[in-house]
Amino acid sequence: MGVRAIVLTGFGINCDAETRTALERAGAEANRVHLNDIAEDLSMLEGYHILAIPGGFSWGDDVASGKILANRLRYRLGDAIKQFIADGKLAIGICNGFQVMVKMGILPLFNGEFEQEVTLTWNDSARFENRWVDLKTDPNTKCVWLKDVAGLPLPIRHGEGKFIPRDEAVLNKLCANGQVALRYTTPAGTPARGVFPANPNGSTDDIAAICDPSGRVLGMMPHPEAYVDRENHPNWTREDVPEEGAGLQLFRNGVEYVKNTLLA
Amino acid sequence: MANRIEVAIKPGQPDPAGQSVRARLVEDLGIVVDDVRVIDVFTIDADLDPGQLDRARQELFTDPIIQHSTVNKSLADDFDYVIEVGFLPGVTDNAGKSSAEGIADTLDYTFAPGEAVYKTTQYVIKGGLDGDRCERIARDSLANALIQRWSVKSADEMTALSDESLLGLPIVTDMSDVTVHEIDFERPDAELVALSSEMTWALELHELQAIQAYYRDDAVQAARAKAGLPAKPTDIEIEILAQTWSEHCKHKIFNATIEYTDPQGETRTIDSVFKTYVKATTDEVAKKVDWLVSVFDDDAGIIKFDDHWNFALKAETHNSPSALDPYGGAITGIVGVNRDVLAAGLGCQCIFNTDVFCFASPFYDGAIPPRLFHPKRVLRQVHQGVKDGGNQSGIPDINGAIVFHERFLGKPLVFCGTGGITPAVTAGRPSHKKKANPGDIIVMTGGRIGKDGIHGATFSSEELHEGSPATAVQIGDPITQKKMADFLLEARDLGLYSCITDCGAGGLSSSVGEMAEGSGGCDIHLDKAPLKYAGLAPWEIFLSEAQERMTLAVPPANLDAFMTLAKRRAVEATALGTYTDSGYLQCFYEGKLIGSLDMAFLHDGVPKMSLKATWDAPELAPEAVVEDTDLAGALKDVLASPNVCSKETFVRMYDHEVLAQSVLKQFQGVDRDGPGDAGVIRPVPGSKKGIAVACGICPRYSDIDTYAMTANAVDEAVRNLVAVGAKLGTIAGLDNFCWPDPIQSDKTPDGAHKLAQLVRCCEALYDVCVEYSIPLISGKDSMKNDYKIGDTKISIPPTMLFTAAAVLEDATNVVSMDVKRPGDVVYVVGETKDEMGGSEYLALKGQLGVNVPQVDPKAARALYEKLSDAIGGGLVASCHDCSDGGLGVALAESAFAGGYGMDVDISGIAVPNDVTALFSESASRFVVTVSPDKTGAFEAALAGCPLMKLGEVVAEPEFRVAGRGGAAVNVPLAELKEAWQAPLRW
Repeated sequence: MGVRAIVLTGFGINCDAETRTALERAGAEANRVHLNDIAEDLSMLEGYHILAIPGGFSWGDDVASGKILANRLRYRLGDAIKQFIADGKLAIGICNGFQVMVKMGILPLFNGEFEQEVTLTWNDSARFENRWVDLKTDPNTKCVWLKDVAGLPLPIRHGEGKFIPRDEAVLNKLCANGQVALRYTTPAGTPARGVFPANPNGSTDDIAAICDPSGRVLGMMPHPEAYVDRENHPNWTREDVPEEGAGLQLFRNGVEYVKNTLLA
Repeated sequence: MANRIEVAIKPGQPDPAGQSVRARLVEDLGIVVDDVRVIDVFTIDADLDPGQLDRARQELFTDPIIQHSTVNKSLADDFDYVIEVGFLPGVTDNAGKSSAEGIADTLDYTFAPGEAVYKTTQYVIKGGLDGDRCERIARDSLANALIQRWSVKSADEMTALSDESLLGLPIVTDMSDVTVHEIDFERPDAELVALSSEMTWALELHELQAIQAYYRDDAVQAARAKAGLPAKPTDIEIEILAQTWSEHCKHKIFNATIEYTDPQGETRTIDSVFKTYVKATTDEVAKKVDWLVSVFDDDAGIIKFDDHWNFALKAETHNSPSALDPYGGAITGIVGVNRDVLAAGLGCQCIFNTDVFCFASPFYDGAIPPRLFHPKRVLRQVHQGVKDGGNQSGIPDINGAIVFHERFLGKPLVFCGTGGITPAVTAGRPSHKKKANPGDIIVMTGGRIGKDGIHGATFSSEELHEGSPATAVQIGDPITQKKMADFLLEARDLGLYSCITDCGAGGLSSSVGEMAEGSGGCDIHLDKAPLKYAGLAPWEIFLSEAQERMTLAVPPANLDAFMTLAKRRAVEATALGTYTDSGYLQCFYEGKLIGSLDMAFLHDGVPKMSLKATWDAPELAPEAVVEDTDLAGALKDVLASPNVCSKETFVRMYDHEVLAQSVLKQFQGVDRDGPGDAGVIRPVPGSKKGIAVACGICPRYSDIDTYAMTANAVDEAVRNLVAVGAKLGTIAGLDNFCWPDPIQSDKTPDGAHKLAQLVRCCEALYDVCVEYSIPLISGKDSMKNDYKIGDTKISIPPTMLFTAAAVLEDATNVVSMDVKRPGDVVYVVGETKDEMGGSEYLALKGQLGVNVPQVDPKAARALYEKLSDAIGGGLVASCHDCSDGGLGVALAESAFAGGYGMDVDISGIAVPNDVTALFSESASRFVVTVSPDKTGAFEAALAGCPLMKLGEVVAEPEFRVAGRGGAAVNVPLAELKEAWQAPLRW
């Protein structure tokens, strides 16, 4: 049996096709499955190793981005997802998927219980923006998706991506646990220090992505699935850019992890 | 009873939404206040107990990290005024609807019929205000009286209100008379015309007479008697005819017989400009290209992408609705054209959007005529509508433009385009073929029907006037449409339906009427249609343009499977009747036949118009071009002019990379802020084949000559494609005409000239497209872009938007517009002529001029073929189209996008002076840079074409141009870039 990934669709999720493509190129068998179909048959999740909650505009970002989808998942799929993670499987939430994860409490998952400790809210600019950012992996991170990835450029496409922890204690705990995955940097690789546009939204401590204490559940605002080919990079016509987009490595890491642990 | 949950950012924490409103008040209204904070108000009209309300407040509405909230208690604190804004009854309230779904999940609660959640917003303002200024803020910035209502309360009034609601529930209470009325058509001509105007039918006298004659016909009367219908027409019958025969739906002007007197004074008869020029172009080109799949007869044009995939393309306008409600008009424009592509063939997946807007200058400081908005507000809100529509639908916006001209004050133009792909074969059937068969079920999917958009098709077939109906406006709901689109593509792949069309202008009357042509008739039961609220007359149900709906023909054997899948995908679908071969479109209400029309009369009965077109040569002052002593200053001024300057602020807010197909983005270069020429994507994972898309639009040339306006628009779109490496012979085009009323009448005394302008426009379209081998695969016309209230009449400049798309064999071979490295040689390709007429430079001098750029399609064709080969052969480092602002602008943009300076000499350009060399907007030109080791091969590749070496790219960030008198421009690159970026950096 190979690595199997389930990609959530429905209700305004809109990066499902490319998320599936990225997982497939990384070597997984990936299926797009409608939320209602999973809710109807929760045992379906048992046949998968990776759960992806893609980007999009679930319920139009009404109330707050990701909130209504978070509640629907919590009430209809909550226990199944908890079991999925407890089984040592992987999950990735991208953009709206990350918003869903923090509002549902899948991340940061300090004590194995779904509880909201951080939020993603309106960018300081109060605008949706699409721009490429530079990212650096936190050297202490436990995130398995970022193995051997020192940093990478990716596009962000969001209006509500400003990361805010409940308080200083939560931030310290994230850092101490190796749960900070990616930070925004300047193009030179130095800390963005909250300055626009290197830090595109005003996120606390330049945080762009966090993971759970095991490092198997990753939530991130930038879009790795949108940088899988050289030509996706904004400067490919003028700079030496690798043939394969750097975003693909994250999906490769996820798939390799499953092969080496769950399927070993 | 209704309860209110209020949610706000915790005190002491920044409130970006409030800060953004505060900034807008300063910028747009010049009103400075100390602080604005925003409170979201959710009014829940449902049977919830206090415990449930508090759970919903905590678990759904409140973000515990940053927000606080209350139930039935005001959160406003430390303020002078509160303004609460909400929708009027019946207006789509997406956030309210989503909130109800959230409550249903969170509380496991089922909303009873009539129960709902309503979303309103409070702006809590401190400092610098009085009641009047608050009214002004509400009216001119926060709300649109056509769709919203508001309440202003001072701090004292808030105290007196003691936590009661500021606004009542927006429940629709005005019930239409649902009985079917007979209409007396036996009345004098003048009365008929007056009735048509009063009822917003937009029917002309000869059309009213044709209807009169139909009802006088003995055979018709006999059939009516037999069917139990009254002798007189019923209201629904006339409404159906008015929609189907509207200019919007029937394109009567494009199909008219025109007696045309040309500029030489010679007169000839043109039997339909559509047939003579538009269709003739495609027929001619079809002899040379083998990739046309379906043109003109579907919701979008379809061409071949590769052996397995087809590509559909369509552009639409939504001008009249956008004039009245810029946000709602624009969002329904973009999601509307998405539905055209979703309905092309058996259905295509939308893969990109384009957007082109025309407004008056955002810096306009004159008076605003009644019912119009300030162009700055129109720009902001149209942009926001297109942004929300595209982003929420998950469709990348990959190309567009914003164009300014003073006469777009009367009507903004909002062009929305969409491309889509579909497997060539789906569920074993060719995906471009569809037909409703007798016996198929009429199914409506998506949103419900309300009074929104009634008379949209006929309203947009008139000028904007005092009585333009408010109900013509709709609000879009992209998520309902996204859910429907996902569902329909699934149903397509399962082969569950036989025909599909968009339910857009004219509502069900148009979509069902059109599809019934395939089968030969239909029976529709209007009482079965799902309504947003009770109280719609049958004719209103049939005509409503409520959004997010598609109409299908589902074979009876598939109906259960179709309905089951719809339910699983949370999409509403309703069977409304049957397609028949009776020859009649028949409407029933509660079992009773209330209208029946002969299909042949409905679709072919509209009398052909006979119109006169006479070219009335405009009296124009020739341009006075004198050498400019400050060419650097002139260049900065042109770079800063609204038509030329950077639109990055707006483009950044569009998602342009969703679907992960992006190859060339709108902004390019070292800092990703140089203006790209064409958008390029790779739509099929694993394939290098690509699609490039670009637009051309030149309304500034119209007052000189619409032939030149059109030729330049086509050329601009094509050279944008050639600039990235696309080849002639792979390009398809869309023509979107937006014209002022071209029918001679008392209110349009210059109609004959405006129609002659249309003829010349069409002549140019044919001449250039045939030479470039571009088939016109779809298009649209919007022919009444005038404003007339009181003595004020504003007619837009005649405008044709040309959208062009090319299929690229290898998208990884394209080039971008930014210079790449110092030492590269700079060329201008194409001939620069003394053609300053209509230029940006002259416009800044307050002149229009005469010598408008002329396109020489034969010469351009030769050049384009060689240049795209050179690009494909890897000989070119950068290539940038020369258009608005001329050579000076193209050179500067290429340089600052690449982050390197330039040393060029323009003295060899064969024009009278340096001003003309830098700012003439001659067509078919490019700025190209070439690595020094490839110049020989490049020059050989372009042999026989006008090509001039101007200089080189230099490392130091200086822009230096030598002219006839020595150094003409010597300016730091950063100054040019700043001049270009500053004006619309909002």
